[in-house]
Amino acid sequence: MSVPLPYYLGLSAVLFAIGVIGVLTRRNVIVVFMSIELMLNSVNLTLVAYSSFLGDVSGQALVFFVMAVAAAEAAVGLALVIALFRNKQTVNIDQINILKW
Amino acid sequence: MNIPVTPGDLLAIGPISVMFAGALVVLLAESIFRNGEAWNRWLALAGFLAAGTVAFLNTGWSGVAFGGTVATGGFANYCAIVYASAGALSVLLSTDYLRKTGIAFGEYYALLMIAVLGMMLMGAALDLVVFFLGLETMSIAFYVLAAFARSQGTSNESGLKYFLLGAFATGFLLYGIALVYGTTGTTSIPLIRDKAPSLIGTPVFTIGLALILIGLLFKIAAVPFHMWAPDVYEGAPTPVSGFMATGGKAAAFAAFLVLFRPEVLGGEKGLRDVIAVVAAASMIFGNVVAIAQSSIKRMLAYSSIAHAGYILVGVVAANATGANGVLFYLMAYTVMNIGAFGVLAMVENGAGENLHFEDYAGLSAQAPVLSLMMALFMFSLAGVPPFAGFFGKYYVFAGAIQAGYTWLAIVGVLMSVVSAYYYLRLVVMMYFTAASASPRRVGKSSAGLLALGIAVAALVYLGLFPSTIIDVTSRFF
Repeated sequence: MSVPLPYYLGLSAVLFAIGVIGVLTRRNVIVVFMSIELMLNSVNLTLVAYSSFLGDVSGQALVFFVMAVAAAEAAVGLALVIALFRNKQTVNIDQINILKW
Repeated sequence: MNIPVTPGDLLAIGPISVMFAGALVVLLAESIFRNGEAWNRWLALAGFLAAGTVAFLNTGWSGVAFGGTVATGGFANYCAIVYASAGALSVLLSTDYLRKTGIAFGEYYALLMIAVLGMMLMGAALDLVVFFLGLETMSIAFYVLAAFARSQGTSNESGLKYFLLGAFATGFLLYGIALVYGTTGTTSIPLIRDKAPSLIGTPVFTIGLALILIGLLFKIAAVPFHMWAPDVYEGAPTPVSGFMATGGKAAAFAAFLVLFRPEVLGGEKGLRDVIAVVAAASMIFGNVVAIAQSSIKRMLAYSSIAHAGYILVGVVAANATGANGVLFYLMAYTVMNIGAFGVLAMVENGAGENLHFEDYAGLSAQAPVLSLMMALFMFSLAGVPPFAGFFGKYYVFAGAIQAGYTWLAIVGVLMSVVSAYYYLRLVVMMYFTAASASPRRVGKSSAGLLALGIAVAALVYLGLFPSTIIDVTSRFF
């Protein structure tokens, strides 16, 4: 027995929406960043589901690239957060306000 | 999916290979030589010139490499030339700026090269995977470049904001790629274009395209995805702002031209009208808000939003005139905007001051050459006829009128008139206002002046002989 495709797509759409809401409502840079990762992973789920459903491997290949890019983004992002903390002793988005938002 | 890789493929994507090898050499040179920064400057310049030359020699033909995932020659090489010139001009304008702001580290040049590598991949992509990788290679290098002055609060903040919003937009773009892949069963852009007519009206396919569109509109800073641009451009080191505003925008527009071809846009009428509204909103918002700015750097950031709107008009037109206009505009915008940011970088002092309109009062008496060049860049950005900026606007608006979007061309022309106000305000400041009492030191960098001279020459040449570019680009469509 197998789970039909729409279930996967529905789950990943919900995860994606949770990620978007997280980015828009949370104030801690690290949590915002985790929400973005959740968005990327929900996309991975969509890709794997489609790939399996279509019997085509290129979707799964793309997933590996997405994971590699997410890792590179995490490295740069966390370095930026550390630099921010050294400058301002805060990781709260509302206090990143030297430039007009 | 089986992609054969041969040494011939690496030669076929010449500019990209050169850029990749160059970036590695520059990274190594930083750790080998004691004075890595001085070496890297020239190595990076040589790399950009080599990549540009390789691209220039191979514009005449076009083909594909790596099993049809990457385009070679023609369109891809034209884009590569635009990005390599943006990179080369930025190197020349950066050297003095980095020294006076105390951020002269060799990695800067490696990051510039990696960013250009990503742009070239975006311009050459014939597969959504390659497109995504190019976009991310460029963006991640930009995040670091924007925050390069890491001890300065403004630069740090600018990099972090760009990073958070850029990664957010990447999420939308990727979701769009996943949905388009799911409905078409392929990531190959030509195959997607072939299948598009039969999928028009399928909600998931349209949503997928719309999400990809959001990701791209974010990268070009079009309204309503523009909110990062003023902050990021204001906070980033000045030559980096110029580089991001031109190269990054040009790369995203190349992807626009590849993805949203007439066969896709022609069917998706709703999507096309959405892009038209976004273009109009960008032109109106960018130009009107730019009037209210007191910082020239921020004014140029809003003006870049407006220019994204003008170039989008050529995308909406979705015909040969519009596409040629977009490619011409990208070249013209690259030289004039890097030039304008370059003058800012030279007048700015090490502490990030002298960036406001009043700081430019009476500049023409103190630095006549620099003021004249700035005036020419401003005339070109405003679209005054003998310069390149005018013909860019002319072609995209002509394309829109041919495609039946006359209202969009009218909005564009009206907004160009509005833009003349704030561009000429700077010229009036430099030439017809008495200098303030406090003395101002203007940087004298021969490399920077050389870059500005080349930019001015290109501006005048493209304005007098626009057909040199149009003859080449019209073969691509």
